[in-house]
Amino acid sequence: MLDLAPDLTQAAGWMPIVFLGVMGLAMLAYVILDGYDLGVGVLMRRASEDDKDTMIASIGPFWDANETWLVLGVGILLTVFPLAHGVILGALYLPVAFMLIGLTLRGVAFDFRVKARAAHKPLWNRLFYSGSVLASWSQGYMLGSLITGFASTGWVMLFNAVIGFALVAAYCLLGAGWLIIKSEGELQLQAVRWARGSLWFTMAGVAAISLATPLVSPIIFAKWFSFPNIVLLIPIPAATAVLFAVIYRSLQRLPVRLAQGNEYGAWVPFGATVGVFLLAFYGLAYSLFPWLVIDRITIWQAATAPAAMGVILVGAAVVLPMIIGYTVFAYRVFWGKSSALKY
Amino acid sequence: MDGLDAFLLARIQFAANITFHILFPTITISLGWVLLFFKLRFVKTGQQHWMDAYQFWVKIFALTFALGVVSGITMSFQFGTNWPGYMEKVGNIAGPLLAYEVLTAFFLEATMLGVMLFGRERVSERTHTIATLLVAGGTTLSAFWILALNSWMHTPAGFEMINGQAHVTSWLEVIFNPSFPYRFTHMMLASGLTVGFLVAGISAYRWLRDDRSAEVMASLKTGIYLAAMLIPLQIIAGDLHGLNTLEHQPAKLAAMEGIWKTQKGAPAILFALPDEKAKENRYEIAIPKLASLYLTHSLDGEVKGLDQFEGEHPPVAPVFWAFRIMVGMGMLMLLVSWASTWQLAPWRKRAPTLVASRTSLPPEGALRLRPGEAGSAAPAGEESATELVVPELKRWQLRMLVAMTFSGWIALIAGWYVTEIGRQPWLVTGVLKTVEAASTVPAPRIALTLALYLVLYVGLLVSYVSVVFYLARHKKHADKPFGDDPTAGDTEKELNVVNYPEKEGGARA
Repeated sequence: MLDLAPDLTQAAGWMPIVFLGVMGLAMLAYVILDGYDLGVGVLMRRASEDDKDTMIASIGPFWDANETWLVLGVGILLTVFPLAHGVILGALYLPVAFMLIGLTLRGVAFDFRVKARAAHKPLWNRLFYSGSVLASWSQGYMLGSLITGFASTGWVMLFNAVIGFALVAAYCLLGAGWLIIKSEGELQLQAVRWARGSLWFTMAGVAAISLATPLVSPIIFAKWFSFPNIVLLIPIPAATAVLFAVIYRSLQRLPVRLAQGNEYGAWVPFGATVGVFLLAFYGLAYSLFPWLVIDRITIWQAATAPAAMGVILVGAAVVLPMIIGYTVFAYRVFWGKSSALKY
Repeated sequence: MDGLDAFLLARIQFAANITFHILFPTITISLGWVLLFFKLRFVKTGQQHWMDAYQFWVKIFALTFALGVVSGITMSFQFGTNWPGYMEKVGNIAGPLLAYEVLTAFFLEATMLGVMLFGRERVSERTHTIATLLVAGGTTLSAFWILALNSWMHTPAGFEMINGQAHVTSWLEVIFNPSFPYRFTHMMLASGLTVGFLVAGISAYRWLRDDRSAEVMASLKTGIYLAAMLIPLQIIAGDLHGLNTLEHQPAKLAAMEGIWKTQKGAPAILFALPDEKAKENRYEIAIPKLASLYLTHSLDGEVKGLDQFEGEHPPVAPVFWAFRIMVGMGMLMLLVSWASTWQLAPWRKRAPTLVASRTSLPPEGALRLRPGEAGSAAPAGEESATELVVPELKRWQLRMLVAMTFSGWIALIAGWYVTEIGRQPWLVTGVLKTVEAASTVPAPRIALTLALYLVLYVGLLVSYVSVVFYLARHKKHADKPFGDDPTAGDTEKELNVVNYPEKEGGARA
């Protein structure tokens, strides 16, 4: 696949690859981090009034920074791959708009629900929930579009819509896993039940994406189903299946243990779900590389001038470790079971 | 749909978004520093009312911040969806500046905000103060980068065009382009004024509703003094910015002044209806030669008129009127803030006032005198009743401040319209016309999303303003823990603003 690449010893050759890596990691960080808080938002609909506050408390200190990863990912797409940014966001115009409206609604409902008059609280709760669902579903729809090369026939749109629901389920799984870690008592057990419910839809979604991706493009098909690639790649789906089994078993056992106040293994559902996301991301990256738009635009075609990339690269190399550093600091500050938020 | 083509819709949509967006960062930039001031006063003096002020305003900060973040995310997408030609042509300059904003500012403020809002129980007092400092610094840094880019679009420098794309020759010249220092100063002062009047207005509102604690008084004074200090600086900065515009964007300045024909001894036009077709002003009221005086510092100085920029100048009426609204609002701010400061001046403190005669004793003894004032009041014992009422502001003055709560927003939006509409027809002056950067997204889609955004923005704006006043009315409610259901009593007992000082005092002792 590297035959599409220019001379990799030149800045114009290797820099786009580096930035693809940074953008990919930013998107991955976004999907996992904002994924769990979107998931908690989606699950909130089914929670009791008290639990709603605890659930919000578990994500309150983090959501702002979590969403910033999306800005970074899109920012790199915009600034380093401007040509692809126009094509991709032009094709995704409506789902992007719906996602933005969803993110706006839930972002502000966070604050309004406790600050507006008490009678309006249920309304803001509903907006929080609807915004979370809308944002998650739109992101799934966009993922579907990316895989199907932005085609817009009826079947493709149906496929995208299904992927949208699968991502909602996957976020719910992440969110439930997060709640198992951060909550106690009845809510924790409830989170285990939510996780069980989300698991099947998530598995179906991952399977659908895995099957659909090679079928969309002969190039991707060849990448996966040729010898010896297929032997080397088998571990990806195999490990994904193992992780799903681990989650399943953990969710079967956890209620008993948690009921006894034993937190051992409370991290397993969340951790294993993150593992699934990592593997799915890796598989997807392998499929798509080096295309930003399948069979149409490669990273090298879309990249901006090496000088501009160099400037951003210097900044990213200096600042990203700091960002990761204080993100870790913030998560450590709010380590442990979440209590009611007040300020 | 003649007239409402995709280009116009994309412009309206983007304008709606940035108009909505700028309202909130404008507040958070300076409110962050005001919070740091409250926090430092508390740490230094140990007086609880400073922390109470912090606790109250940090809620409004959080709400404002959230609105700024979500509308900012929308903007980061619209750069690409609405103006694809922009990044294609000047992406080598805009890209790194935007990337630096995200990398150096967004993550910092978003992450530290969590610590600042919720982490006070979990980190040391010092760390919490540092988190507040970093949030304030982050918002300001973010403004630095985005204003550098915006200023570059007005007065591009430090680049060369190669094959139709801008390539940087000097980053220092790009960032510190000719209009940047003026625009940055002007904007920072605007932010400070917006917050000054917001803090003063909301505090006056609380005062009028008999919430007369030392906290409210401290906030009221902070707001008024902040505004009174900044407004003269702003007038000077605005004047200098205008001279900078005259030098670099004469077409914009001619539109601001409503000067159609190049002339010596140009008049300052106070009122007029600019007529774009006839290229003249109707119903003009003007002071002869004044514009030449303040623009060229000579009564007969030549001022370029719009006739020099045939077909290349911005629409005159919006720029002309927005400019007058901004200046008028500035004058009003000067008047109100200085009048209020005069009333609060130390040598007027003893005068018996209307407020004093009208009000009964304040609730819960909240108006305890601060040590310094108690000392000076001691000899004049007979006046202690009036001494209790420290502020000398009359009710109508307080009402005036309440009416001015969001005056900063009006001046701000008017000012941005002057500068942004004033740059038209260019997106990047002399480099890229707005129409060349426009998107190819079909008009109906833009219309649909525009309608959705507008509904959303109007709804959120109404909610924001009403919730800010609601919080001011129901401070008790606002003090409850996150999630204020009645059953949350335990957590409330555990920790609330009332028993908070003990912990603080203990920690320091």
